[in-house]
Amino acid sequence: MMNYIWGSLIVLSVVVSIFTGKVSETSTAAMNSAKECVETVLSMVGVMCFWMGLMEIANRSGLLDKFARMLSPVIKFLFKDVKSEKAKKAISMNMAANIFGIGNAATPFGLAAMEEMARENKNNGLASNSMCMMVVINTASIQLIPTTLLAFRSAYNSQNPFEVVPAIWITSICSVVLGVLSAKIFEKRRSV
Amino acid sequence: MEYLSILCVPSIILIVIISGFLGKVKVYDAFMDGAKEGLVTVFKIFPALVGLIVSIGMLRASGTLEIITNVLKPLTDLINMPSEVVPLALMRPLSGSGAVAVLTDIFENYGTDSFIGRCASIMMGSTETTFYTIAIYYGAVGINKVRHTIKSALIADFTGMICAAIFTLVFFGK
Repeated sequence: MMNYIWGSLIVLSVVVSIFTGKVSETSTAAMNSAKECVETVLSMVGVMCFWMGLMEIANRSGLLDKFARMLSPVIKFLFKDVKSEKAKKAISMNMAANIFGIGNAATPFGLAAMEEMARENKNNGLASNSMCMMVVINTASIQLIPTTLLAFRSAYNSQNPFEVVPAIWITSICSVVLGVLSAKIFEKRRSV
Repeated sequence: MEYLSILCVPSIILIVIISGFLGKVKVYDAFMDGAKEGLVTVFKIFPALVGLIVSIGMLRASGTLEIITNVLKPLTDLINMPSEVVPLALMRPLSGSGAVAVLTDIFENYGTDSFIGRCASIMMGSTETTFYTIAIYYGAVGINKVRHTIKSALIADFTGMICAAIFTLVFFGK
């Protein structure tokens, strides 16, 4: 799908530039953007590394496991039809890793949880309520420190890159809650 | 509120380091490994970023972005959302690197600490690459009937977009 999107963005730009008379600006922009990309990435990589390093400490100190245990009542409520303890453990580790922003830990736990749920799911090829819930939660972002964003804010010389974090927490919570609520409502329409 | 955002960073750093000591973690070694992971992540997305930042740059220079924002302005005005962030809202569920490309374009043109820059930041931080996630998770277990997943995921995204505009106003004013 990205192939179509990316290709059409370029074609669209060139076509529109002919109509707006900005052909030379557009080709200059292509070269300049490619050049600027290096500066941007170089100036964000430090912040990115710092937070990823810090979160690895959190991971090894067992903070992640402790947090995952705290989440278990929430998981019992959200994933009522999951019986397997292994699946519940994987779900809570996935959520904890998401919250701590350890993306490369979150996905393996998430996929492990999906596999466990698929084993319990008798309808081949049809998603169960819990699977839907799991994916909906993972498509909404719940992150304590939005590392990538902060790295880019500093790269673009923000006076205070962190000032948006509390607003992000509240916005994330609203978005997750609505996603979860809607999933709970939709799943009642046809139970599996 | 400002105090909260100033306080949150040092307290998170403190909690992490102290819990590292309590858990008898070699904190510096762990930090190095994590930082290395960060480096790998950034360089892994670099080719995608070049491609997408170039395409967004062309979109901006050709005047296409301006046309899109102008057309959608009456709609976004209704919910107090700056129409300049609409390209980000459209790109966010489809592609992570694409969203980053749009975000840097917004930072470049409107700054990070403007109403538009803050709204874009909040939008970026509170949403995810919805379709990519759905593809990965269901692809891994061979599910092709996803029932209400996409509907609910998009409801969550849409809520995030609208709340981003609302909370930029609440936290920072116009």
